[in-house]
Amino acid sequence: MSSDKYKGYRGKGLAVLKEHGVSVWSDVDVVAESGRFRGIILPRSETADENHIVLKLNNGYNVGLTADTIISLKEMGRREAHYKIPEKDFPYDSKKPNVKLFGTGGTIASRLDYRTGAVIPAFSPGELYGSVPELADICNLTTEKLFGVFSENMGPEQYIKTAKRIGEEIEKGADGIVIGHGTDTMHHTAAILSFMVQDSPIPIVMVGSQRSSDRPSSDAALNLINAVKAAAEGDIAEVLVCMFGPTSDQYGLLHRGTRVRKMHSSYRSTFRTIGDIPLAMINRKGLIHLRDDYKRRRSDRNAKINTAFEEKVTILYYYPNMLPDIVDACVDNNYRGIVIAGTGLGHVNKPLYPAVKRACDKGVHIYMTVQTLWGYVQMYVYETGREIMELGVVPACNMLPEVAYMKLCWALGQTDDREKVEKIMLTPVNGEITDREPYNGYLIYQGAIPEVQEFLRTIKR
Amino acid sequence: MRFEFKPFDEMTPADYESIGLKAGLEIHQQLLTEKKLFCRCPAGHYSKTYDAEILRHMRPTLSELGEYDGTALMEFKTKKEIIYRIHSDTVCTYEMDDTPPFMMDEASLDIALKVAILLNLNLVNELHIARKQYLDGSIPTGFQRTTILGVDGWIPFKGRRIRIAQLGLEEDACREVSDIGHQRVFLTDRLGMPLIETVTYPDMKTPQEAAEVGEILRRLVRATGNVRTGHGAAREDVNVSIDGGTRVEIKGVPSLSRIPMLIYNEAMRQWNLLRIRELLKQRGITPSTFASGSEDVTRIVSKTQYAPIQQAIDRGEEIHCVRLDNFAGILNEKTQTDTTFAKEISDRVRVVACLTRLPNIVHSDAASETLSAKFWKLIRQRVQANPNDALVLVWGNKEDAECGCNEIAIRAREATEGIPNETRQALNDGTNGFERILPGPDRMYPDTDLPPLALTSDRVERARANLPDPPWKREKQYRKLNLPDDVIRMLSYSPRALLFDRLVDELEVNPMLAGVTLYQHAKALDREGLSLENLSDEEFISLFKAHRSGRLAREGIVEVVRHLITRNEYDTARNGGAPNDPDESIRSALDELGINPVPDDDLRKMVENAVHRTDFPRTVNTRDKKHRYLMGILMERLRGCVEGQIVSGILNEELDALDEVQERKARRKAK
Repeated sequence: MSSDKYKGYRGKGLAVLKEHGVSVWSDVDVVAESGRFRGIILPRSETADENHIVLKLNNGYNVGLTADTIISLKEMGRREAHYKIPEKDFPYDSKKPNVKLFGTGGTIASRLDYRTGAVIPAFSPGELYGSVPELADICNLTTEKLFGVFSENMGPEQYIKTAKRIGEEIEKGADGIVIGHGTDTMHHTAAILSFMVQDSPIPIVMVGSQRSSDRPSSDAALNLINAVKAAAEGDIAEVLVCMFGPTSDQYGLLHRGTRVRKMHSSYRSTFRTIGDIPLAMINRKGLIHLRDDYKRRRSDRNAKINTAFEEKVTILYYYPNMLPDIVDACVDNNYRGIVIAGTGLGHVNKPLYPAVKRACDKGVHIYMTVQTLWGYVQMYVYETGREIMELGVVPACNMLPEVAYMKLCWALGQTDDREKVEKIMLTPVNGEITDREPYNGYLIYQGAIPEVQEFLRTIKR
Repeated sequence: MRFEFKPFDEMTPADYESIGLKAGLEIHQQLLTEKKLFCRCPAGHYSKTYDAEILRHMRPTLSELGEYDGTALMEFKTKKEIIYRIHSDTVCTYEMDDTPPFMMDEASLDIALKVAILLNLNLVNELHIARKQYLDGSIPTGFQRTTILGVDGWIPFKGRRIRIAQLGLEEDACREVSDIGHQRVFLTDRLGMPLIETVTYPDMKTPQEAAEVGEILRRLVRATGNVRTGHGAAREDVNVSIDGGTRVEIKGVPSLSRIPMLIYNEAMRQWNLLRIRELLKQRGITPSTFASGSEDVTRIVSKTQYAPIQQAIDRGEEIHCVRLDNFAGILNEKTQTDTTFAKEISDRVRVVACLTRLPNIVHSDAASETLSAKFWKLIRQRVQANPNDALVLVWGNKEDAECGCNEIAIRAREATEGIPNETRQALNDGTNGFERILPGPDRMYPDTDLPPLALTSDRVERARANLPDPPWKREKQYRKLNLPDDVIRMLSYSPRALLFDRLVDELEVNPMLAGVTLYQHAKALDREGLSLENLSDEEFISLFKAHRSGRLAREGIVEVVRHLITRNEYDTARNGGAPNDPDESIRSALDELGINPVPDDDLRKMVENAVHRTDFPRTVNTRDKKHRYLMGILMERLRGCVEGQIVSGILNEELDALDEVQERKARRKAK
């Protein structure tokens, strides 16, 4: 076990520190078999091996020395690091709109964690003002850390708490809400909040970053500025995701919370509106609306909060040769809802039919979406589709699989009645099902084609 | 300070000692690898064309120990838009900071390790990748991924040791295309290529020593045979300080030969800046008493005839004036050769306020060349200046002009403190200009994207085994072999040194022959545009095996080498230089050149025929001359096939025989 004094050290590394009476943050003179080194002993990542100790040399570099080869270790002094963004009181201006920033974790605000060697979330209005002073030109900002989790650890508990806190802030009179969130599951949270918080009179803007804020080229600051701008001044009173449009530092896009998806594991411009066009572009000057059919900002405080949630729902991502026992397993484990991400227009193979039928008969609610992401489920085109519907599977139009999953959780949290669930599922709350797919809703450019190359060649200003 | 700065040629080591000159080097050397350091893009492919552009901005972030770096804050002040030009063949999403790094290129690490061993460094046991912040945009991430392999090494130099502070392995940066106003443009092909950075301690005492050590270090890394050569493959930074001065880094030194003049000028600059501080002190100006003020004077000078300001007004810009209290005359004080203190100020304004159109300032110490006296008087009234004050005008849009005023006052105030911590750029005339505030250790941050990497002892031993002895050791060994001086010098630093050892030790090739072939012949061939690099070590081994077996006489070696280089070049151009069997390669070369074994009888017959010819030119009238003449003719046909010595021996025998016959004939006649 390593205490704070020996942060992260175990085994041989820990032994050598103890043996020589030094600890983390000791400024030491080391004689090792490979020579002499001078530096500060840094904490060690818990996932790294136990055989080395880490020094920060005077030149700023960190190096590891093998514990076994250390001959002597002499403490010359101590110097402890205090990683702290300069905190300044966020200024108040009665003429500016009031924005509430909720923190959930993620890379939008983060700092180094020695324990794991990775970045962990950090967050306070003072810190934010210290690092992104531009925010003060836009609004009066108050912040509240709801939780500090990576986005993959978000779940019903967090969704419900967030939705409730949003409701309270709306009642209290906030002009806009921003939610800092890890990007991995931001679209899941955006979807569930779109269902749990309806008819909001103010914008609810989710934001994150693909490059952590401890990097000079981070997208965090610009995303945050854009999101705060959209929340403070924007007219779109919906649950939105605000992230980079292109990979260049140019503008952000405001995506509808029910139609957005993370599409690249690392690109800045990872969030895309799927099967539709985004709501607006945003930069420091303001919003440029791309469509008119959005919910307007209102002065009343009448939002509907409904935090129903059923956990026993799953997504089955269909693949050729999926065996029926997967479906059986869901039923046997008392799953109440299944969203299938089917192939093509919404298909699964025949050997699955009996299992699907058994599930439907047992009262499991099964909805069909498409793993192509773009396009509608259309189960009449092929016989397969009709057969699957016969079994009791309900086509979910052009709802994205993750959105359908969140909506089914939400619907089953309210009722188990087949018809009622179906009505909830198939009545769009805010664009999760659309009547029409615009011709420019599906655009995936292919590189090397001359006109695409021409488009990429210069930054479009 | 009684010392007076002399012209460059007249400065002696004692002069430099008296001002306490200390110089150090940072040598950046690209490694010869197939791939880049942290992604799988090809290394060493350059292109001026591009397929796409990306725009980025940089923001300062905290260091690991929770501090902001000075350079970072300065770069943030400049508010630059940075544009990257991307060619799809040379850049992937990693370089554009849209994909996390891949594991470090192993080949790069092994080469760097070899150099670390040659430099006698204390090797670290575990590599930690750091992010070294660069907010100038030269790297899209805003930081360079870098790691050090060892610290505190040394190389021998003139009976003493030059200490090596550290050896780093890092990724190369972008190439700058332009930097005008608030926009900086970069080409990205070079970005991410593996680079080693060798940093010396400031152990060089004269400008010349720095250049000499630079040369040694350059040859040393080349001795591994795994580094790139050619334009831009090796780049030097020089750091300079004098007694009472500050360590100043000069970047972008284009060649080693430029180093002495750059150091000289920087030493002079520091010496003069200290002198200026003294002058200011005598006037009672210290950091605490320094005073200045600034005003918008656009309206006052709106009617000026002075073109730069007139044009600025036409562009709708503002003209601001900074008053530097009690500074009159200081801006005209000399700093470097043909350079005054005003340049220090103009540089800052150019870089920080992005006022890149020159001139970007005018000042009252050089009043007559700019605005007329009338305007200066009006300005003086407006900013409430007395005759002892210096005035500096700067122009630009409101924001830039204000930023400029700020920088002018900052730089003037720094003159009361001495020499600012700066990174400066090498200029063509041997002087240097401001580039940015010198970054400190605060710009280092651990790279959280990559885990530490153990530098195992196996790996170290493997590197050691593939490494020739350090050049200084080899030099001693070669001296024992009685090789000529130039061959010794070259071989001790040559990447072919291991080959030389193999030829001499394993094949028992005459060291002189091996040395002469690998160096003197190489040099001659190089002049013909034929590079020995086109020949693999294995081909050399086969070549000398053929020689040792008697298949190829020594006179033919250079001929075969020439032939092989030409052929290999052709092959490379045609089929990408697929590796061929070295023995076969030599055999076919010998065939192609008609170098075939000559049976003893045939050889004897050839020589016999030659001596019996009757068409000797008239001048060939002695036996010696005949021998030389016939050797020429014979070797033309026998070069490579038979050792010249053997031919010469047979020729002598035949000439003797002929002489005897003729003598006998003559005797018979006489009878």
